[in-house]
Amino acid sequence: MHSHTRTLLTIVTEAALEGTLVRDLDRLHAHGYTITDARGKGNRGVRDAGWEASANIRVEVVCDAETAEAIAASLQEQYYDDYAMILFMSDITVLRPQKF
Amino acid sequence: MIDPVILFFVLGAVAGLLRSELRLPAAVYEFASIVLLLSIGLKGGIELARQPFGNLLPQMLAVVALGLALSLIAFPVLRHLGRFTRADAASIAAHYGSVSVGTYAVAVAYLGSRQIAFEAHMPLLLVLLEVPAILVGIVLARGLSRETRWGSVAHEVFLGKGIVLLLGGVFIGWAAGPDGLASIEPLFFDLFKGILALFLLEMGLITAKQAGSLRRHGPFLVAFGIGMPLFSALVGTWLGWALGLSIGGTAILATLAASASYIAVPAAMRISVPEANPTLSLAAALGITFPFNVLLGIPIYHALSVWAHTFARG
Repeated sequence: MHSHTRTLLTIVTEAALEGTLVRDLDRLHAHGYTITDARGKGNRGVRDAGWEASANIRVEVVCDAETAEAIAASLQEQYYDDYAMILFMSDITVLRPQKF
Repeated sequence: MIDPVILFFVLGAVAGLLRSELRLPAAVYEFASIVLLLSIGLKGGIELARQPFGNLLPQMLAVVALGLALSLIAFPVLRHLGRFTRADAASIAAHYGSVSVGTYAVAVAYLGSRQIAFEAHMPLLLVLLEVPAILVGIVLARGLSRETRWGSVAHEVFLGKGIVLLLGGVFIGWAAGPDGLASIEPLFFDLFKGILALFLLEMGLITAKQAGSLRRHGPFLVAFGIGMPLFSALVGTWLGWALGLSIGGTAILATLAASASYIAVPAAMRISVPEANPTLSLAAALGITFPFNVLLGIPIYHALSVWAHTFARG
């Protein structure tokens, strides 16, 4: 079994951003993404997903390191000042590198 | 006699303030608001089929002007008396120029339980009053800058959940007519107050969560959250009377003017004016104005409307 290293980029942010965020990801050449509803607490307070304005999402993107860097830089510039957003990266192992 | 739906709101608020474990699943809240929006739309649609559309045009234009005027009046008050940043003042002003469907539903239930009739095309005015304030808010925050992507703003505003369901309901009600709708009446009309009770329970919980940010942002927001709806209700009452609406219709228009949006406007402002702090506008709209309108405002606006009509008759 051949395994390959890719980057997992995880973004946790406000659900209100989902539409624009997805457009950004497509524009920045992410081949795919997974979105889940999330709740939690950060320095912008508790976001408990009780209703629209406090809903959070977690977006996961598997891609190569350069794409991940490019996405991270773009999101940081566009959204960090005004939105509740964190993102982090980790190395992961995938079996089918051509997919990502 | 206090309406039981109001007691559900109080229950939610008290449970929230006492930090109870109670939590409605987000899907239940969403379901309740979808049913409310659709049934308000359907009711309006049925009645719209009975009267010619052209007669309503002056009222529709007047209501759009009302939405523009209210947010334009709120903005300088917030900017100069409240000393908010331009973006925050614009965003809060947009919330107060727009409407709250939840408050409208409570007003309908209030008039319904007292058997006071009102013009049936009110849902149409509700839709019309929702939009203009959003555009004013964006322009006040941004100026008419080229950077604003009006395409995506329009998408956010006109294809948001509220407008789609309300207008969709109006259209279905208009197309199907009262007989056609008989088969779905049990869900949308008979259960209206039960669904409204669940919705208000959750609204109580959400309202209670604003208490913390209200403590932080102080007395001006509280004063504005009560003063602005009272002022808007006076304007709404005058307009309702001037347009020749009935007592019930005037009370509803006053309530619409007094209510502050917490669904359509926050979503649109978050995308279009991201530098505005959503905590401020939601604390005022949900923490103060919504409970004020539901508990005290609606009876006051009804009394205002009765007074205006009696006074006008001499």
